[in-house]
Amino acid sequence: MYKIAVIGGPDSVIGFRALGLDAYPVSSSHEAKQTLREITKPSNDPYVIIYLEETLAEPILDDIKKYNELPTPAIILIPGRDGPIGIGQNALQQAVEKAVGTNIL
Amino acid sequence: MAKKAVTPTRMVLNQLKVRLKTAIRGHKLLKDKRDELMRQFMDVVRKNKVLRTRVEEGLTEAFGALTVAGAVMSPEMLGQALMYPRQSVSLDMSFKNIMSVNVPQYTFSTSAADPADIYPYGFTQTSGELDKAMQSLSRVFEDMLELAQVEKTMQLLAEEIERTRRRVNALEYVMIPEMQENIKYISMKLAENENSTKVRLMKVKDMVLKEAIEERRAREGRITENLG
Repeated sequence: MYKIAVIGGPDSVIGFRALGLDAYPVSSSHEAKQTLREITKPSNDPYVIIYLEETLAEPILDDIKKYNELPTPAIILIPGRDGPIGIGQNALQQAVEKAVGTNIL
Repeated sequence: MAKKAVTPTRMVLNQLKVRLKTAIRGHKLLKDKRDELMRQFMDVVRKNKVLRTRVEEGLTEAFGALTVAGAVMSPEMLGQALMYPRQSVSLDMSFKNIMSVNVPQYTFSTSAADPADIYPYGFTQTSGELDKAMQSLSRVFEDMLELAQVEKTMQLLAEEIERTRRRVNALEYVMIPEMQENIKYISMKLAENENSTKVRLMKVKDMVLKEAIEERRAREGRITENLG
């Protein structure tokens, strides 16, 4: 059986914990990076989906990109409490650019 | 284009011809693969766009409701109410093969069958706003799961398309022209060799003939001398 993790600010993840997901409250991008590395270690029970708050993801996008070509885990950026800031949408544009060569959207 | 050194022999020529045939076939196949991947990719992208907007809207709404709940209740109470989940989500994953790209397919089930069971707290000490927040959060969660699947599929497909495109281009613009050029070079070289051999043979033949004629003349001269 596989698990789902949520990494985000303490206020954001609290709701997801109630839904039955594994919540990892972090307060900085640095912490988020460490948590991400920790929970994707093969020795641990691996998560197949990790939701990550956009605001935390912004400085560590390069680390997240590494996971893009692996079949698992899927790292999905979600908006935080302050609403979407467009980084999640950006991932879509980047994928299109990569595949097509230009942004056709 | 920097030409690789090839030995102009018939054997190499034959090998090159076989390789060229394979390369052309591979190029055609890869091009087809790229086109089909692209078609699938565009479908996924469209789906992703819709889902992403829906998830972002849903989450904004849910977080808004949660903020309201946090304003009505004390933070301690809120934390306590949500501390221990009543429901657990179990996720199953299988892989689907799209043009030899393995993309994950998620199916999830919740331990509590009743949708009313999502609230991990008693209703006496919590506010109605919190119920609303939980409700919208659990609603958006289904979309989030689908988004995860679609977005991962999109990333994997993008990766594969890029790789395939590189291969197609490498074959089309480097490998195939290079091989064609080499084949041309070898066949020209072979023809040239053949020509020079022919010329040499003709020359030798001329020389031999000339010698024979001279010898004959000399002999005939001697005979007339003897007779005379």
